[in-house]
Amino acid sequence: MKPLRNPRRLPVSRRQVLRGLLAASAFGAATKLTGCTAASEGEGEGETSSGGGSEDLVVGFIYVGPKDDFGYNQAHAEGAAAIAALPGVKIVEQASVPETTEVQEAMREMIDIDGATLLFPTSFGYFDPHILELAAEYPDVQFFHAGGLYEDGMPDNIGSYFGYIDEAQYIAGIVAAYTTATKKLGFVAAKPIPQAIRNINSFTLGARSIDPEITTQLVFTGEWVEPVKEAEAVNSMVDQGIDVITCHVDSPKVVMETAERRGVYTSGYHANQAELAPEGYLTGAEWDWTSIYTQYVEWSQAGDTLMNGGIPHIVRGGLESGFWKLSPFGPAVSDEAQQAVEAIKEQFADGSIAIYKGEIKDNEGNVQIEADKEFDQKAVELETMDWLVEGVEGKVS
Amino acid sequence: MTAIARQKLEAICLPMAAILVALLLFGIFCALAGANPLGVYGSIYRAAFGQWSAWQNTLLRASPLMLSALCTALPAHLGLVIIGNEGALIMGGLGAISVGLALGTSLPPLGVQVAMALAGMLFGGVWIAIAGALRHYRGVNETIGSLLLNYIAIALLNHLVGGPMKDPSSLNKPSTFPLADLNMLGTIPGTRIHWGLVYGLVACAIAYVLMQRTTFGFAARTAGGNIRAARIAGLPVGKLTLAICFLAGSCAGLAGMVEVAAVHGRANESLNVGYGYGGILVAFVARHNPLAGALVSVLLGGILASGGILQRSHDLPDATVLVFQGIVFLCVLYSESLYGRFAIFQEREALPASRKATV
Repeated sequence: MKPLRNPRRLPVSRRQVLRGLLAASAFGAATKLTGCTAASEGEGEGETSSGGGSEDLVVGFIYVGPKDDFGYNQAHAEGAAAIAALPGVKIVEQASVPETTEVQEAMREMIDIDGATLLFPTSFGYFDPHILELAAEYPDVQFFHAGGLYEDGMPDNIGSYFGYIDEAQYIAGIVAAYTTATKKLGFVAAKPIPQAIRNINSFTLGARSIDPEITTQLVFTGEWVEPVKEAEAVNSMVDQGIDVITCHVDSPKVVMETAERRGVYTSGYHANQAELAPEGYLTGAEWDWTSIYTQYVEWSQAGDTLMNGGIPHIVRGGLESGFWKLSPFGPAVSDEAQQAVEAIKEQFADGSIAIYKGEIKDNEGNVQIEADKEFDQKAVELETMDWLVEGVEGKVS
Repeated sequence: MTAIARQKLEAICLPMAAILVALLLFGIFCALAGANPLGVYGSIYRAAFGQWSAWQNTLLRASPLMLSALCTALPAHLGLVIIGNEGALIMGGLGAISVGLALGTSLPPLGVQVAMALAGMLFGGVWIAIAGALRHYRGVNETIGSLLLNYIAIALLNHLVGGPMKDPSSLNKPSTFPLADLNMLGTIPGTRIHWGLVYGLVACAIAYVLMQRTTFGFAARTAGGNIRAARIAGLPVGKLTLAICFLAGSCAGLAGMVEVAAVHGRANESLNVGYGYGGILVAFVARHNPLAGALVSVLLGGILASGGILQRSHDLPDATVLVFQGIVFLCVLYSESLYGRFAIFQEREALPASRKATV
């Protein structure tokens, strides 16, 4: 029970506060004692209103794994925590929700019981069919989804957002190139999907922009969360003489810890994993959801919605729009590398650099991007990427 | 009170008491985690069974568990411990989507749905029958065999949805081509529960009748009781093993078909989310009785349905619901060891007899 969320704001006397508290606790006691009756519908409403007043914007977040996974879900939860601190915003969260009817039920409860009007179901696989179904059923609630899957013709209350984190992987590749002694890098990825392939290629291109002799050994584990195989992959990479390892799995924890134990360098992904590998952590490609979530809240508080056209259906960007950030450099990163990174970052910030600029060959020797061609980050060719650049040792299938 | 009535009473009272004890233990856990146990109980009740909407949530979660539980419960009567539910479910889903896509809209929707259900049952059934055959003809331990078949099924699913059956437009979540909307299994009118619940209830009822009220079931239970005696009595143990395993697998396969045809509309990694393992739990807690299995599925569905509110209203971590589930099932399983220990549920005839002796 939180009868007064913002006591500082309300000019009330102590007596009023006491009376309010008394009433609230009586209400609380009553609901507990009669909690098992048919009154639960009204009770749900009571909770919403006593929870924060009618002006509060209730925002629901749903994660596919735990909120403290040092990975994908933690990155979103950090963004959620940032907007929870904004005035007039209340968040409700639910973690470890699989991509089945369970996520539909979670969304439904957040809308019906908690009164959420903005929902952020963050896992990629929540979109089709789950968000599509619920969005049609609740046309007044807005659904925002990470992944850029919105297309014309879908319900008007769906929005998509996503960032070009491969830019950060490109920079991480540069840092790795300055650090490696053996010129062999390792990449542990979950599945050969275009997003992961793009990260692998950008990381490798970044490293080879510094030293073209560098190679990246690639291992796919097959599942988003597969700790045993992730550890095996790291161990075998270290045995092969690889000395910088990064990954694209849901929770990079095992990769980072195993590599640290084996005494090699690591580069993080999704969130900051520096505390897992204090010695070997170089930097990391982190999502920065705080800015986009704050943006959505500001739009909503100004009265903009997806339905009235005030909020665009697709929001995506790179460093210039604050979608990603780099982890602070670890102790092993040289000054030279840091300076190189700062220079490249400026180029990303003003958009004067293209990662995919011809000529680029794949690792079977075929020219994939011709010499005079250059792909903008928005290019559809990059979103369907199914080939690995020269220097990657591995196969897509 | 007759002996049978006492037995029935015991079979009802013991699990109820076990659940009460579990609630008490879970309350202590919640108090330690900093939540008000009474508030938590209220929330669990409201989220699982408090109103019609919550009931629908619970029943939705229960329906795949009912079907998947039969995959363990049926072979148990034959003395086999089969835990290949997940694999059979996945194979059923794959079979259903293959047939659904192959038929397209060439048949009326009902025809396609029936064909998909049959294909799901066939695929799932054959999958577990393989485990049964390995057991009967080659002496391969059926528990390990069926467990390993799970991994093969998962690998096959990943291979097919990532390769030969992949819809090229499903970029970052590889899936098969989608079923035609027309062919999707709808919901039970007036609810958001899909027809899988009805399939589950019907399958549990059929399984009960089959095992308890037919000569086939009797033969199976006899073979489960003493395989050598069954052989001497001339029972076809091999055929029984294969038939029961096939039926068991077909139930889980049907669950896979429902996931594909009612929920996802395509096959992808979301088929592999643990309904199979949930089913094993249900089967053991229900003591392999199909009817009890239906009830336990609803109970487990309710527990899972309350997971959300524990996180949102009580700030408990997401694993709390698993702790709750674990405590409930441990208590129920422990209570099994208490059958026959309470005098109140026993025949009292022995008592007067001993008195007579002393007088």
